[in-house]
Amino acid sequence: MLTYRGIPLWRDVRVLQAIGQLVSVVFVVSLLVFFVANLRSAADERGLSLGFDFLGQEAGFPIGESVIDYDPGDSFLHAFAVGIINTLKAAVLGVLLATVLGIVVGLARLSSNWLVRNLAGVYIQIIRNVPLLVQLFFWYFAVFQALPLVQQAIRLPGPVYLSNRGLFFVSPQATPSFDAWVAYLAAALAVAAALRFALRWREQRTGRPSHAVVGPWLAFAAIAAAGWLAADGSPVVRNVPVLGEFNFAGGGRITPEFGALLVGLVLYTGAFIAEIVRAGVQSVSRGQREAALAVGLSNAQTTRLVIFPQALRVIVPPLISQYLNLTKNSSLAVAIAYPELFTVGRTMINQAGRALPIFLLIMAAYLAMSLTWAAVGNLYNRRVQMVER
Amino acid sequence: MRHMKLRYPLLLILVAILMAALAACGDDDGDAAASGGRLDTVKDRGNLIIAGRTDLAGFGFLDSSGKNVGFDIDLGRAVAAAIFGDPNAIEVRPISASERGPTIQSGEVDVLTRNVTWTSTRDSQWGNYTTIMFYDGQGFMVRADSGFESALDLDGVTACVTSGTTTELNLADFFRQNGLALETVVFEDTASVYGAYESGRCDVTTSDKSQLAAIRSGFASPGDHKILPETISKEPLTPVVPHGDDQWFDLVKTVMWVLINAEEMGVTQANVDSMVTSDNIAIRRMLGAEGEFGQADLGLDADFAVDVIKAVGNYGEIYDRYMGPNGISFELPRQSNELWLNGGLIYAPPLK
Repeated sequence: MLTYRGIPLWRDVRVLQAIGQLVSVVFVVSLLVFFVANLRSAADERGLSLGFDFLGQEAGFPIGESVIDYDPGDSFLHAFAVGIINTLKAAVLGVLLATVLGIVVGLARLSSNWLVRNLAGVYIQIIRNVPLLVQLFFWYFAVFQALPLVQQAIRLPGPVYLSNRGLFFVSPQATPSFDAWVAYLAAALAVAAALRFALRWREQRTGRPSHAVVGPWLAFAAIAAAGWLAADGSPVVRNVPVLGEFNFAGGGRITPEFGALLVGLVLYTGAFIAEIVRAGVQSVSRGQREAALAVGLSNAQTTRLVIFPQALRVIVPPLISQYLNLTKNSSLAVAIAYPELFTVGRTMINQAGRALPIFLLIMAAYLAMSLTWAAVGNLYNRRVQMVER
Repeated sequence: MRHMKLRYPLLLILVAILMAALAACGDDDGDAAASGGRLDTVKDRGNLIIAGRTDLAGFGFLDSSGKNVGFDIDLGRAVAAAIFGDPNAIEVRPISASERGPTIQSGEVDVLTRNVTWTSTRDSQWGNYTTIMFYDGQGFMVRADSGFESALDLDGVTACVTSGTTTELNLADFFRQNGLALETVVFEDTASVYGAYESGRCDVTTSDKSQLAAIRSGFASPGDHKILPETISKEPLTPVVPHGDDQWFDLVKTVMWVLINAEEMGVTQANVDSMVTSDNIAIRRMLGAEGEFGQADLGLDADFAVDVIKAVGNYGEIYDRYMGPNGISFELPRQSNELWLNGGLIYAPPLK
């Protein structure tokens, strides 16, 4: 009598797949366990402490520049926060400027003007093919350090002073009456927003031009100006840098370290973004441009309203990865003395003597920043992609 | 159902094999050096690995033939000579100031001798400090035409400094203590610190005074810079060994003591061979011609001191080679680094 005995176990695909997956999981988990155990035993043998309790101790070392208040008497944790904020400052400003530069150069590369097109090409080729670290050294030591001494600072209109101590410029400074003015500003903003909503609604309903852009701006300016006049003395004054014995005091300042890092990062990342923008624009079929021009849109309108929205689908994903690169590349500032996360972290490693915990902290901080960028970028990407039908 | 029974034993066997393989890997990885026995590791390897530098005149620099030499490097060469009889059985890994801690903590080098200041935190965190070989103190260097006469004049200046150093901490302490305003520019790389100072980015630069003297000697016009009189800290420069190996710790210490004792007893590179038959018992003992002062327990030959002194000379000879009146780097009076017999602080336990 014939009985069906089924496929033998060792030839059953489902069984083999299940075994394969189990083995992989066990392998990966064992590997992780091994690494962690190895780390712990090595740390024990060498008497390295893995705890984070040292973060509350006094840091003791000075930091060149900081957005938040910092004093060597503050804790290691506070010093680390200074590093994170300095990194964010470089990353956010760098991303904004690199994006603007990248779009301009990317479009210039597609220009019908021979000179513009080739200048953009030369810039991209040179910048992309020289290592960023070399460029940072160049900007810091060959450009910013080669500026005149602070006593012989170059005076530009404004006044703006340029020396090897950095760029000093006039900055706005709030006076005691500033708080009162803020209320006027808030009111102006609310009125302008309401006005814009109303005017647009009218425009859409009636089809008559209603100055939906100019109107709200005028309203805002009028109320802000009224507040300014009503305030007791002007709410914002000019804070002008003045040369003291050793350096300028007052005003705003860009240190050579930050300046060199920002210029280096922006030019470098800008070149990559330019290529991404060019590729994105070229990915939109020629027919789109021709059709847009045929219905009477100007060249600028065609680029802004027809080409760019479609190009964004191609541009955004690699653009996000450039933003991540810029953020991570800011750690090269360790070579030019800008006290960002990695620089401060390295100093902490030496002054606290806790290499492992601090490296973990540094990695976690970069990871968190990168994931945040990626999350924001992906949200935007989803919005852009929705345009597609 | 019959097949289901088979599945689990099979899996278990696979997992067991995997675990065994991993465990075996773990055993192979056991680092002999970390758990004692660094001397054996060094002997098996055939050379001594030290962490040093190539960028500071006097202490660790490249000579005209491109060879890495200096006061710190010679201390390492003395240890190599003690173990192998050959001072050239050595590999020098140049590291930056802020790499010193992790380098010695991980045990990847046998000796760290790169202007390392001995502090209590570092002693507990980094490694074992052997014997103070150079007594230094932190000072300030300014431009000669700056009008500064004292460190207390430095209110509101910008200072260039190396990151991860005691210098950096002392600088902050000094300015805070005296209520002076300060801006710092902190570099990872020592050359960058002095480059930025020379270009005028900073009004003042600060480091150990010996280092400032070394750097000043290398400037285009040394006369344009001066070192302020104040010494704001104690900087005992000391070779360091990794934690956890007493024999190795003792060995390196003893080699340092030999260098100092040799100067005390007048044993030099030139006369060491004839000194073996000296009528001074202490000298004969040091050179292994009579008795024993612990060589066997340290795992060294009885006459290792002869090799050491032949290779690098005694403490004073090493000092003078680089920083003496006719030194190749610059002249720096010995002051605190004189032997205790001459009113200095250099003193080593007896070799007995």
